Amino acid sequence: MKHNIPVQDYGQLASEMADAVSQCVHCGFCLPACPTYNLLHQEMDSPRGRIILMKSVLEREIDLEEAVPYIDHCLGCLACQTVCPSGVQYGNLLTPFKAYSETVRRRPAEERFSRWVTKETLPKPARFRLATQVAKISKPFASIAPTRFQAMLDLVPEDIPGAERLPSTFPAQGKRQAKVALQVGCVQQVLAQKINLATLRVLSKNGIEVVIPSAQGCCGALALHTGDMDTAFNLASNNLDNFPKDVDAIISNAAGCGSAMHEYPQLFKGSKYEELASLFAEKVIDISVFLTEIDLEPIPPLENQLKIAYHDACHLSHAQGVTREPRELLGKVPNLSLLPINEEDLCCGSAGSYNLEQPVIAQQLGQRKIHNILDVEPEIIVTGNIGCLIQLQNHLNQKLQNTDEPQLNPPVMHTIELIDQAYRNEL
Amino acid sequence: MNTESFLDELSRLYPDEKLLTKPAQLVTYESDALTSYQVRPMAVVLPETQEEVIQTVRLCHKFEIPFVARGSGTSLSGGSLPVTNGIVIALNRLNKIIEIDPKIRIATVECGVVNIDVSLAAAQYGLYYAPDPSSQLICTIGGNLAFNAGGAHCLKYGMTSNHVLGIKAVLPDGEVVEIGSASLDSISPDTVGLFVGSEGLFGIALEVKLRLLPKPEAYRTVLAAYPSLEAAGNAVSMVIAAGLLPGAIEIMDELAIEAAETAVQAGYPRDAVALLIVELDGETEIVDWEFASLMEVIEESGAGEIRVAENDEQRLQIWKGRKSAFSAVGRISEDYLVQDGVVPRSKLSHALGEIERLGDQYNLRVANVFHAGDGNLHPLILFDGRDPANLENAEVLAGEILKMCVNLGGSITGEHGVGVEKLEYVPTMFEDADIDTMIAIRREIDPGELANRGKLLPFDK
Repeated sequence: MKHNIPVQDYGQLASEMADAVSQCVHCGFCLPACPTYNLLHQEMDSPRGRIILMKSVLEREIDLEEAVPYIDHCLGCLACQTVCPSGVQYGNLLTPFKAYSETVRRRPAEERFSRWVTKETLPKPARFRLATQVAKISKPFASIAPTRFQAMLDLVPEDIPGAERLPSTFPAQGKRQAKVALQVGCVQQVLAQKINLATLRVLSKNGIEVVIPSAQGCCGALALHTGDMDTAFNLASNNLDNFPKDVDAIISNAAGCGSAMHEYPQLFKGSKYEELASLFAEKVIDISVFLTEIDLEPIPPLENQLKIAYHDACHLSHAQGVTREPRELLGKVPNLSLLPINEEDLCCGSAGSYNLEQPVIAQQLGQRKIHNILDVEPEIIVTGNIGCLIQLQNHLNQKLQNTDEPQLNPPVMHTIELIDQAYRNEL
Repeated sequence: MNTESFLDELSRLYPDEKLLTKPAQLVTYESDALTSYQVRPMAVVLPETQEEVIQTVRLCHKFEIPFVARGSGTSLSGGSLPVTNGIVIALNRLNKIIEIDPKIRIATVECGVVNIDVSLAAAQYGLYYAPDPSSQLICTIGGNLAFNAGGAHCLKYGMTSNHVLGIKAVLPDGEVVEIGSASLDSISPDTVGLFVGSEGLFGIALEVKLRLLPKPEAYRTVLAAYPSLEAAGNAVSMVIAAGLLPGAIEIMDELAIEAAETAVQAGYPRDAVALLIVELDGETEIVDWEFASLMEVIEESGAGEIRVAENDEQRLQIWKGRKSAFSAVGRISEDYLVQDGVVPRSKLSHALGEIERLGDQYNLRVANVFHAGDGNLHPLILFDGRDPANLENAEVLAGEILKMCVNLGGSITGEHGVGVEKLEYVPTMFEDADIDTMIAIRREIDPGELANRGKLLPFDK
């Protein structure tokens, strides 16, 4: 598609934005894949519509303020990128565009405050832990809070585990096959350290030594996807500095973090970190992919047949193209079968901090996802991302609360937890 | 006409969120899938009920405001291009499948239902809706109807017009009519035939009765690589001469193969200059017999590599590649124009040679991907829209190709319609008297030329 974007006016990433626009042929193949178009059925809430909006803003044809609500509706799930026949790199337009728009406009007070709360808590485990405890006490008062904060309170789990520190290294069992570093995720550390512990056990069992750099911090995903480039830059460079260089891989067990770390080369384009960022990103690999690339220790057969549903986290499937590997890995558990779910490519509405910022759309998508999952009657629900995990659990709970009918209540867990439990004969 | 009072009344019909008037909202409706044309409408409405559509059309009639009905905006001929000072009626929320009656094999659906959703809903009864335009995952039945959409399988099964039994429509003056019946033929004049393919000039279809077919019991899908387009074209004639009527016969050339293969990894042989896709469908025993016969023909036809889809997954992947081909060409060119000419099947090889010659003459790359079985060519003219001269050149070349099609005894459009894009070539196909007759019929139904003004027939007021 032709455009008149004055590329020289928009800095380092302008050409990537312009390329994404010119790659688009406006054919509409993205429409059925887009969660918001599915709900709202209007062009402004479709990928090709947003491309037109961002193009028109950059061309100074329309007012940024008018376009922002529709750009904000976008989950950034990148399902459109997966289906796009012309190969539009939508993410290459969206992320820099948000960075641009956040520098030239000022959000209303309530939005700014909620973004500040998100930014100052989620990526900082100690503070986040404190915040979740405050939130837990506040839950009874949720009904009088503004919608955004209600959404936050809704997502705080009933049980917040106590702080459990991870060791700085975790040895390999048997002959050492490889040495990797683990990115532990900030939200995950507080809400589900058990995912990290399961990861350590499974890796160790397979002869992998794991280093857990204590100075690692947030991957920067939340900042990156809300256009706060300075924060993202600082967080990411901290990781580049603090992850060891002598490891075979950097393991991620949270799809959102893994995806963001793959974006580092784009973030540092033209800076002194550029080369380091590329080397780093090349090593980043999701735990499910890593485990399908090694000779996996045989998993003991389950006593009984187990039927599970696997939910694709968008930041694994669409952002990293990882759909086959988690299924292949789960398939290595004897007596386990995977139930195909309807609309498996559709986002669950979690999308980083999206469910805090756009609770109405997130709510509809969450309900739809849990409906599709329960439809196939799984005994366990499995996914590869902490955000999706919390969203699914929350909507499962809502469904249980809102009905008197007998209702399925399968446990929701991370892929690696299931593998860990299978190794330990706990399923 | 009084725009202000019109908008005022319109706003009484629609709450704010269903009436779009801000530039950022309107800009997203400026084009369909033919982006070289852009027109910003005065407003866009998003009706959710048939009644809202009827009231909107009545209001347009009262104030003489032109309106454009729009489905998913996948037209490649500018068929849903807005009209300046007119409104767009976006019908995507009118997407109810009202009834599937498996006994009489009829689906009754609203106009905003997506083509593939009809087949998905009918699948539980072993039925499907046959017309399968490449955009079937996105395009709506209303748009299919307006432009008499075809698709790969219309060689055997016919176009949209062969599958529409009845229509409930709102005419441009706001009158609601029901035409057709549950039978494919009826005693009254063929008003359904008049409506289907009229490019929206006779109003808006609200509800449509579609014919469903039993799903074929078996498929056999064959890929054959050829050293030239001509050789592939000749193979098509040989297949037909052997007495076979496959569900689909398609050809793709090098550029199209490269683009589609990059986009979806369909498993096409990359080194083929031309690729023939033949699909047989029907009852297992017949398909088996036809398959043996087809393979004999293909082996005699000078094909290089031959691949047969081994399972449904491979078959679907082959079609996914073919159906993504237009958009996938976006990977190898800044912009492109999709053409839609038809030539008699016997002239296929000749026409392909001419296209190649014309492409060289105008110094533009042309990718070919087309429904070879029914002679429906889709040359994709690749150009760079940032250079106005380049676009102009591409448009001239497109015109030359269309004229050639007509000279060979074919047509300027097989399935994409005239829209705005091929308006100036209508006179190459029809005499003045024919065009005058069409205009007269149109004005009888829509004297103000409010419905989809400027498409199919010129607007000269």
